[in-house]
Amino acid sequence: MTRVVLALTRRSLRGSLRRPQFLAPLVIFPMLFLAVNVGGLTETTSLEGFPAVRGFLDFQLAGALTQSLLISGVTTGIASALEIEGGFFDRLVASPIPRVAIVLGRLVATGLLAGVQVLFFLGLGLLFGAEIVGGVPGVLVVLAIGVLAGIGFGAIGQAIALRARNASTVQGIFPLVLVVLFVSSAFFPRALLSAPADSIARFNPLSYLADGLRDPIISTVSLAPVLEGFAAAAGIAAVAMALSVLALRGRLREA
Amino acid sequence: MATIDVRGLEREYKSGLKAVRGIDLAVAPGEVYGFLGPNGAGKTTTVRMLVTLLRPTGGSATVAGFDVSTEPAQVRKRIGVALQEAALDLLMTGRELMELQATLHGLAARSVRGRADDLIGRVGLSQAADRRVATYSGGMRRRLDLAMALVHEPEVLFLDEPTTGLDPTSRATLWDEVRRLRADGTTVFLTTQYLEEADQLADRVGIIADGLIVAEGTPAALKAEIGLPHLDVTFMECPDLGHARDLLLAFGKLRPAPDGVDVSVAVAAGAAEIAPVVRVLDEAGFTVAALELVEPSLDDVFAEKTGRHLEGAAQPAATPA
Repeated sequence: MTRVVLALTRRSLRGSLRRPQFLAPLVIFPMLFLAVNVGGLTETTSLEGFPAVRGFLDFQLAGALTQSLLISGVTTGIASALEIEGGFFDRLVASPIPRVAIVLGRLVATGLLAGVQVLFFLGLGLLFGAEIVGGVPGVLVVLAIGVLAGIGFGAIGQAIALRARNASTVQGIFPLVLVVLFVSSAFFPRALLSAPADSIARFNPLSYLADGLRDPIISTVSLAPVLEGFAAAAGIAAVAMALSVLALRGRLREA
Repeated sequence: MATIDVRGLEREYKSGLKAVRGIDLAVAPGEVYGFLGPNGAGKTTTVRMLVTLLRPTGGSATVAGFDVSTEPAQVRKRIGVALQEAALDLLMTGRELMELQATLHGLAARSVRGRADDLIGRVGLSQAADRRVATYSGGMRRRLDLAMALVHEPEVLFLDEPTTGLDPTSRATLWDEVRRLRADGTTVFLTTQYLEEADQLADRVGIIADGLIVAEGTPAALKAEIGLPHLDVTFMECPDLGHARDLLLAFGKLRPAPDGVDVSVAVAAGAAEIAPVVRVLDEAGFTVAALELVEPSLDDVFAEKTGRHLEGAAQPAATPA
């Protein structure tokens, strides 16, 4: 099982690296948002209710990272759907491997990619003057939460792909992803959001995820936001993976 | 015991379409079974059920001794599958795909590379092994697909229309490989819409139409059921076609002549009748422009059983050696 999952992980990673059109959005969109927000909204850090930060870029990094991980989930879903459309999924199903390995192979790859995304955005932040106040432990915390969240978002994309069976439907969820992200505290502190966004953000797991990713960047690692971030990421991953496995079973049952 | 044993197999889709309507067939170990039929006849649906990709909605089937519905994992270990339109990851190289397939089928890590190289060489893709599959031609993709299906030396190989759309060279390579597999004792279930392919490769042929098997047997036996070969005669000029017909009637029953042919006559002795026919016509002063001995084809069998012809049967398919 492990050998098969690793082989499928390697294949997924190769696929990602050989599809620049799938990799580019993980970097370009979040960087554009980051540039626009940091360029135009820096003064918001002086607003009452804004947490104490060295600079707006430090605060925004977690938002860019969350956005990048979400887009990665969409591209994971598109890759899965293309695999179904192209028939390669059938080849995997007709092979004598545990069915769950098909799901896990791609998700482990998405998780590894998420680790690279985390390091990229943290590196970018450092390059442009941000500081990781939490130090190396902080980086490890961000990595762990990011990888878990990346797997979760990938699993959501995969579950949708297994249900929809076509790439264009999966692609169609992209705008929805952005809406969900904007009604969270990913880009602005919840305290500064006005109604009803503040209420929605309170129940939006992306808020807790983004806050968990942000805390080790803007301060020394504090237990509460980090645990909440872990809980949000783990919750998303657990539910999404269950949905993904159920979707796979459903698809095989319908066959 | 049959390697593939199918009894009353049915598949009805949610839409209500009954693609396979209760078929029975048995394929012996080491046999190449040709499953012939036009598009939409139920060939691919049958194959997908036999390779455990689709659940039967009625009847039963065993492959290599295991039930496709209740023991699918056992079936998957023993079969090789090359589905219609080679299902390949275009972003990977041929060698990467072969090695992945070998791993999926549980080959020991130390033998993966060697097995991949062997099979890549066997299907003539050594030069292209490290190129991405996206750069392969259709024929190269089908050959790679076949090689992947063979990576674990399966007991039973399913080939779903393996040569559809291929150039003659690629078709010849695939035909040679199927012949080699037969010689090695592999059981092959081959679907095709090409008459020649079934004729050339299959030990036995099942003809499917509208989800039912309408005829089954060796190609020779099926054609023999239909009747005699016939001679199609075309004259340079023929002032008295009636007289020519009278002369040829002595050799056998006249048949409706196809377009461009003056007289068509069934001949019991086949090629042995050609010389006497030419002699009689020559002595009567007829000049023969063309004379062709036409053997009954599987399309004739199909037409006899269903009242219509196989799609593409009239097209002159390229015939590899």
